[in-house]
Amino acid sequence: MKNTVRVLLLGICLAVMPPVHAGLEVFDFGGKVDEQRYKDLIGELRCLVCQNQSLADSDAELAHDLRKEVYELMAQGKSNDEIIEFLVDRYGDFVLYKPPVKPSTWALWYGPFALLLVGVLVLARTVRQRHRQADPELSEEERRRLKKILGEDGEGSGSA
Amino acid sequence: MPAFVRYLAPLLAFLALAALLYKGLSLDPHKVPSPLIDKPAPAFSLPLLKDPGKTLSADELRGKVWLLNVWATWCVSCRAEHPVLMQLAASGKVPVYGLNYKDKREAALRWLQRYGNPYTANAFDADGRVGIDWGVYGTPETFIIDKEGVIRHKHIGPITPEVLRSEIYPIVEKLERAG
Repeated sequence: MKNTVRVLLLGICLAVMPPVHAGLEVFDFGGKVDEQRYKDLIGELRCLVCQNQSLADSDAELAHDLRKEVYELMAQGKSNDEIIEFLVDRYGDFVLYKPPVKPSTWALWYGPFALLLVGVLVLARTVRQRHRQADPELSEEERRRLKKILGEDGEGSGSA
Repeated sequence: MPAFVRYLAPLLAFLALAALLYKGLSLDPHKVPSPLIDKPAPAFSLPLLKDPGKTLSADELRGKVWLLNVWATWCVSCRAEHPVLMQLAASGKVPVYGLNYKDKREAALRWLQRYGNPYTANAFDADGRVGIDWGVYGTPETFIIDKEGVIRHKHIGPITPEVLRSEIYPIVEKLERAG
């Protein structure tokens, strides 16, 4: 009895649940277009509408159109670079999850290393300073006073 | 290192970072700069919305400054923008051409009948193919194209009276003067 209810519930859930990939188009990968290459490519391109999703993940209308466009360009025999160039020409570097290295993105690419370098320099300085403080050099005057104190204490040994 | 430098340096670093982050807060990440600015307008030849037998192409519009407004009846902010476009058309300062983007012809015609038609002509881009060439990713979008057929400006999102006054009109006037 319990099992029947379970099976029934599961059946209802499956019937009500919308298919997860309802938004994906059906393409024919039998011919010239390599399915893996297509999937890799739309996975690394960014959708402009829902900006934190790739073209592969997004269900936005534009993402549908751009997936179709990518498929068609692949069917025409275009290389990945050519397809990426096609999209960058229209939508800018924003479509790339991995921005190109150029003067305007230097801060992005090299900034973290510059900050790391600054951090290392500051750390080295601090450590050196601490070291010096831990082992301070006595001045002439201090040395004389020390001698005097130790001398009064009977050569400063054995008394402690 | 003098003491005041030692105490001021972190403060200055903090202020610089705060200024940078504050600037970041005021930027709208949905406004992606278009790579098409200062590039020739992508060519297109599309059927007119009103008369599918005729076509509109970017080439025909050479020699004058014009606006391309990308819109659709399913686009909510296009509705908000519409009265401003009417105002723009009434000013007679610059012709507004429409790119009716991924829309239904009957719906678009009904919209123009009901709310008024600010467009000199409308190109009907049913599958959004021309929209891709123009880098359209959200309607409404408005491009300003100069007499040489070069895109000089793109406004993303609805045009408000303020945008009209401070952005569209000054740019159009400058382009009109430029020969």
